[in-house]
Amino acid sequence: MSGLRIGVVTFPGSLDDVDAQRAVRIGGNEAVALWHGDHDLQGVDAVVLPGGFSYGDYLRCGAISRFSPVMTEVIEAAGRGLPVLGICNGFQILCESHLLPGALIRNDHRKFACLDQRVRIENNHTPWTSSYADGGEITIVLKNGEGSYVADTETLDRLEGEGRVVARYVGENPNGSQRHIAGITNERGNVVGLMPHPEHAVEDLCGPGTDGLGFFTSLAAQVLS
Amino acid sequence: MARVVVDVMLKPEILDPQGKAVQGALPRLGFSGVSDVRQGKRFELEIDGDATDETLARVHEIAETLLSNPVIEDYAVHVEGGSASAKHRA
Repeated sequence: MSGLRIGVVTFPGSLDDVDAQRAVRIGGNEAVALWHGDHDLQGVDAVVLPGGFSYGDYLRCGAISRFSPVMTEVIEAAGRGLPVLGICNGFQILCESHLLPGALIRNDHRKFACLDQRVRIENNHTPWTSSYADGGEITIVLKNGEGSYVADTETLDRLEGEGRVVARYVGENPNGSQRHIAGITNERGNVVGLMPHPEHAVEDLCGPGTDGLGFFTSLAAQVLS
Repeated sequence: MARVVVDVMLKPEILDPQGKAVQGALPRLGFSGVSDVRQGKRFELEIDGDATDETLARVHEIAETLLSNPVIEDYAVHVEGGSASAKHRA
């Protein structure tokens, strides 16, 4: 085990921070709890922005979290290449922070989605997906009310053309996301936003299996290689 | 004191599921003839002093930075009781 230190931010209203910390540990790394109100990343090697309803989803999902003290540090560090993974609400925060293009709006079918979702990994060159086979399909948990990914055509074409669609829904579109997009990365490839939850699929006992574990072992694998 | 109002609406090309839900409820309540509903947000900002050009420039900055997400929303600023009005479409 390489023992990387991976920070998990807790915002007011985060739900999946403890699950994300657990997934980090099961993935063989050290989980470091980070607090939204601190201007401090505690020297971590990577950051996870977990799922939930930070600030009660007031105004827009992720809109207020974006201006929290810790996000100033995350945005600055991401610019220097620090690996950042935003899951669900974390993905929304990354879009609101303009670290990723586009936005996430209410599901087109107007219902909260909660299901085991088949997803195809289409870019395994990011620090978060290198454990997966290119084009490999995994089943992880999808649970969101506002998970429909939207961007203008030009942005979507650029994401596709540059291989920045990291994960895509397989089968029926679960939330109306354009081009079935489940996750994307930035130009540099260090920031990844993902709507479904890999941290809920890391143990056989609960959840749909262990397909999500790769997101938490990839960093170590990349550092070791 | 001046009251400056910022209206935020989803861009026309962005699907509005909430508006659709409201529209869907109308016929059930016996209201017919409404072909579309779009839901937006209205912010009322109480400003110290008069609504000067400088103040309004600040309000535009607030609207652009926090009140709206230019990726999916447009906003419009107007002074309540005044004639100054400016729409912004990113």
